[in-house]
Amino acid sequence: MMAGWLGFERRVALRFLREGRMQSLLIIVGVAAGVAVVAYISALISGLQTNTLDKTLGAQAHVTLSPLDEVVAVSPAAPGSTALQQIQPRAQRPRAIANWSALVPLLEALPGVAAVSPMVAGAGLAQRGEASKSIALVGVELERYDRIVHLRRKVVAGSARLGPGEGILGRELATDLGVRVGDRISLITSGNAGNVTDALRITALVDLGVRELNRRTVIVLLRAAQSLVGLPGGATNLDLALDDVWLAPQIAADLARRWPYKVESWQDTNAALVSALNAQSVSTSLIRAVVLVVVVLGIASVLVVSVVQKRREIGILRAMGCTRGQVQRIFLLQGAIVGALGSALGVLLAVALIWAFTTFVKGSDGPPLFQITLAPMLALRIAAIATVCGVLAAVAPARRAAALDPAQAIRI
Amino acid sequence: MDTHATPLLQMTDVRKRYNIGMPNEAEVLRGVSFSLQPGEFVALIGPSGSGKSTLLNVIGLLEPLTAGSYRLQGTEVAGLDDAALTLRRRSALGFVFQFHHLLPAFTALENVTLPALMRDGAVSPARRAQALAMLQAVGLEAAAAKRPGELSGGMQQRVAIARALVLQPPLVLADEPTGNLDRASSDEVFKLMRHMHAELNTAFLIVTHDPRLAARCDRVIALVDGLVERDQPQTPVPGHMAADNAPVTNPTSAS
Repeated sequence: MMAGWLGFERRVALRFLREGRMQSLLIIVGVAAGVAVVAYISALISGLQTNTLDKTLGAQAHVTLSPLDEVVAVSPAAPGSTALQQIQPRAQRPRAIANWSALVPLLEALPGVAAVSPMVAGAGLAQRGEASKSIALVGVELERYDRIVHLRRKVVAGSARLGPGEGILGRELATDLGVRVGDRISLITSGNAGNVTDALRITALVDLGVRELNRRTVIVLLRAAQSLVGLPGGATNLDLALDDVWLAPQIAADLARRWPYKVESWQDTNAALVSALNAQSVSTSLIRAVVLVVVVLGIASVLVVSVVQKRREIGILRAMGCTRGQVQRIFLLQGAIVGALGSALGVLLAVALIWAFTTFVKGSDGPPLFQITLAPMLALRIAAIATVCGVLAAVAPARRAAALDPAQAIRI
Repeated sequence: MDTHATPLLQMTDVRKRYNIGMPNEAEVLRGVSFSLQPGEFVALIGPSGSGKSTLLNVIGLLEPLTAGSYRLQGTEVAGLDDAALTLRRRSALGFVFQFHHLLPAFTALENVTLPALMRDGAVSPARRAQALAMLQAVGLEAAAAKRPGELSGGMQQRVAIARALVLQPPLVLADEPTGNLDRASSDEVFKLMRHMHAELNTAFLIVTHDPRLAARCDRVIALVDGLVERDQPQTPVPGHMAADNAPVTNPTSAS
């Protein structure tokens, strides 16, 4: 038979919905509003989180390996005696990771690790004329480091290039020192043998996304940093970029088990941010769940009323030989149709809301605060969930309709 | 009519009790026995509360019987489950009710095609043509696209008759089919049923309060207090037969 699949149920369901036009319209708009809220909130929160993560992770590694902190060895008390000890923690001098160059290929071969970059980090002063600023000195191999923090994308002036005697500065630091690309500054650091001074020509200015970093960061060649910090041939830490940032804690724990290094994931260093993101995700899920429950209750209540209104029709259909299953499917289909139409409308509404957000809500400096888009897969998923909710909402009314006694229903 | 064939339906000592085991338990059918042959045209009469509607519901497989035997087309239906009863209802029976005869959301033609749609999931062109022919037979082809709300009571009842007959079931059950109509429409509808009976040889069992109509049936079963008090064939009132079996000529007449 042509168009046989649920042909009868489909026709009757559509007619019933069309007959109660106002009722159907109201509930479809209700579902649309619910779907729009869920889609919009999901897009907004995911945009916000992506943006926050990008900003946070844009300037730091996902996992960092560094030498274990130096601790004071405590001499054990003699048997049978009690020793009172006060321990002064040791000052942590710059130290290199033992055997780091052998470690890099091992780390690179690990599953889930996208890039590894050795780094020498130290402190110092940058001077130009009268101006003197304290800096965080970062010595890297530019190619490797770029894979961790995408430095090239963050260049706001000049071009990222690191040769001997060259350096890249954070944007605010350059402003503070009053320098531009091509200018020279002096660096003063304290190495093992006293203060070391070096001259640096600026090849590029970068915006690392965090003002405090922009105010302090000076990036130089690994080799240059090694001599400035007094760690010839050494690296103070190894930065790792991962394929999936959320696997950082597991991978960090795994590395710490394997090698005697201090391993920190970005979550360790950004605990507050992680808990904020988690709170946000939980709230979003809560809002979604509540909205879906409201949608389900809305559809269910309309269908319950519809079953009461349509008792006679159901009775007539049953008398004519309509099975209980067919009656059930008529109402389940109504739920699905309301859910699907509401979803379609809701997704359109969400797209409009997102457009309004990105068009009218701007940051102080012009462009939107952050980009939010409704991913097609997300929209589809929400629409599918809402449609399934429509069917679920119809289960109780459908069972009720199917259970109607036709003899009684006709008599009314 | 071959009276030796399997009876269309046969009821033996059929009982129907409501509220069993409760203080208000009532036995509405107290041992009804009768049979119906294919193609009969029978009136079921009786005072209010005599159990006519209950009997019709039991015959129509809308309510299970409490005790006794009911064979429809030779098959015992007592004890069949709801799904089996529903399918049997679909294939063997047509219904015409006093009120709420049609689905208001569907046009007259759609109402008549509903049984086929329900059975097959679609309405084939042949089924559609058949439904149109049936509407034509009840004199309402011009009203095919109209909703029940746009039709008079008599016209609605004629659509209901067309719907009951469209899949040519062996038996049509009519519960006070003219009870809600004025005299002219009532005559019109009754005439139509007689005519369709003559055309299709479908058996009709008509519950009626109207002695005038009962007098125009071939057999009258009188129910009193849940028992068959009288069951006898009769010669339809002279003068009505010819008119009753005449084709319906005035499709626009209505209540």
